[in-house]
Amino acid sequence: MRSEPESPVPVRSMDNPAAAPGTATWLTVRPLRVLQRTALVLALATAGGRLALAEDAATATGEARVDTTQIGAAPVAPPPIRFATPGSVTAVDEPNDNGHALRVTWSLSADDALITTYDVYRVPSTGADPSSYVKVGSVPRGTTTFTYLADAESQEGAANPAFLATGAPATVVVRAATIDDGISEWSSPATGTPRGNWFHTGKVNILIATLLFGLAVVWFIQQSKSGRPLYIRPLPGINAVDEAIGRATEMGRPILFVLGTGTAGDIATIAGYTILARVAKKTAEYQTPLLVPVNDPVMMAMAQETVKEAYLQAGRPDVYRPESVYYISAMQFPYVAAVNGLMLRERTATNFYMGVFHAESLLLAEAGSMTGSIQISGTDQVSQIPFFVAATDYTLIGEELYAASAYLSQEPVLMGPLKAQDWAKIVILVFILLGVIAWTFGSDVFYQWVKTV
Amino acid sequence: MRKQLPIFIVFLSGILMVLQYFIPHQASEDLFTYANDFVIVIGILSLPIGIFSLLNATVMKARREPNERFYALVTLAGFAVMVISGLKREWFNDGHGLNRMLFQNALNPAQSSLFAMLAFYIASAAYRAFRVRTILAGVLLVTAFIVMLRIVPLPGVLSEVNGEAVRWILGVPNLAAKRAIIIGVALGGIAYSIKILLGIERSYLGRD
Repeated sequence: MRSEPESPVPVRSMDNPAAAPGTATWLTVRPLRVLQRTALVLALATAGGRLALAEDAATATGEARVDTTQIGAAPVAPPPIRFATPGSVTAVDEPNDNGHALRVTWSLSADDALITTYDVYRVPSTGADPSSYVKVGSVPRGTTTFTYLADAESQEGAANPAFLATGAPATVVVRAATIDDGISEWSSPATGTPRGNWFHTGKVNILIATLLFGLAVVWFIQQSKSGRPLYIRPLPGINAVDEAIGRATEMGRPILFVLGTGTAGDIATIAGYTILARVAKKTAEYQTPLLVPVNDPVMMAMAQETVKEAYLQAGRPDVYRPESVYYISAMQFPYVAAVNGLMLRERTATNFYMGVFHAESLLLAEAGSMTGSIQISGTDQVSQIPFFVAATDYTLIGEELYAASAYLSQEPVLMGPLKAQDWAKIVILVFILLGVIAWTFGSDVFYQWVKTV
Repeated sequence: MRKQLPIFIVFLSGILMVLQYFIPHQASEDLFTYANDFVIVIGILSLPIGIFSLLNATVMKARREPNERFYALVTLAGFAVMVISGLKREWFNDGHGLNRMLFQNALNPAQSSLFAMLAFYIASAAYRAFRVRTILAGVLLVTAFIVMLRIVPLPGVLSEVNGEAVRWILGVPNLAAKRAIIIGVALGGIAYSIKILLGIERSYLGRD
């Protein structure tokens, strides 16, 4: 039996991980020793905090630690105080928050140009030793404000010393610092009490706009109920629904309805159910097979209920097959693969895509296009609309999808909100025009006003 | 009662969530977290229903259509393997565990391949979109040509002129159209939400 010559150098193994095969061993082992010696020399030559760095370097090589007590190291000296202290420190409750934040302010240090940061510390208790202060934040020089936010009572299983409890006073101090350990004296302490707020004053504008819009919706619903005729412009995508269902019926092929890859709570998905109900009612009447593969179990339950109810309303509950609405996968691409396979095998005559779509929009629409299906799409995802416009026959763009229920039913209560939307758009257009005119004539008053509001 | 109760629940939870948006207090945040937890719990509880639906639909199809049996077998086998491979924690967490191996070496490459097909689909969709049938399609073609020219190295002045043109196209007409759609979607979303809260829109309950 041939035996291998004994290697002159140690071989890397589980027992001896530091060693490496061949000449690499010298390259890896020798410099380590050099490093160790260098670190030791450095450790002897320096004192104070720098000694620790040398000790770390030696430790990193895997050798014995440098014992600082044996080499006569001087005790660690506190960093020198070289800069003027920031003054007038205040700590007040942060407005519009959950009650776990303080706004700390101070006046700049006289040496602001020389320092790097202002460090904010929490004082654990009155008269506590500065070594027990907890650093809670740091801001660059020239800054006079810091929001001290700490709403986590514990961190990694341990109590968070920086936690700000609602209603409990907290004391903070500030000092200036540089990257080379230069510091100022501690500022005078400031105490503040964080309190939770029951109304966000910064959202008053949103509240007013929402209330006004809500009132407009209710007013227009009342108007339409009183018999005032309301006009909705034709939506070709919705008009084509009946034609698409008729085509599938004539060809004797199924209809595919895709509700997208959103969630059951998305408005576009909910709007998709409206169109699904309409389609299902027609397929029940014509006894055309309907396939609704979904990617979310909750969506599946809702879609099943929608289709079942539509078959009931059409007077054909016997035609309804629960397995026609089924779950595939919550993952995007497996879902797409399954739906594309369905299109190719079942040769669906009509495909509907109504809901929230992401990258799968074009994958689905192109596969449908290859099988020669008539395709109607609708989504509120701006990034996917161009793909649908390019690859499908009809597209409901954004709000048109939401308007489908009103358009299909022509019920006054559903058409009222559409009018409110139109008026809101007119108001926005007027604002845009005023801004353009003001800006054209060199005035930024309107712009500033809008920005403030 | 079957319809009124869900509408009442929708109204109550919807109003609570609207109010929550304007209340930054800790109690309000806790309510929001609690509501979100509910959504997660409902999602998890509904998963067995989804799995049953998948298996049921697959078996039914295999029974009804002989041509589908092979695909049904692949689906059922894939499902069984992934479930079994996830039974032990180490199979799932360990880098060389069966479940992780299947994820990394079977599912991920398959997903990436499908995603890569998007590049070819974009080309075929672009071909259809750029066929000059109308004046608008012609405008689209010219605009797309100018924008695509931006990534081609052009000599000095041409590059500057093209750069300015592309900046204008993307920053003015394109952005204006996008913002118009976004404003429409936002207003439509609010109006739709109000309709749902008030119980006017009930299509999600199975009513046309």
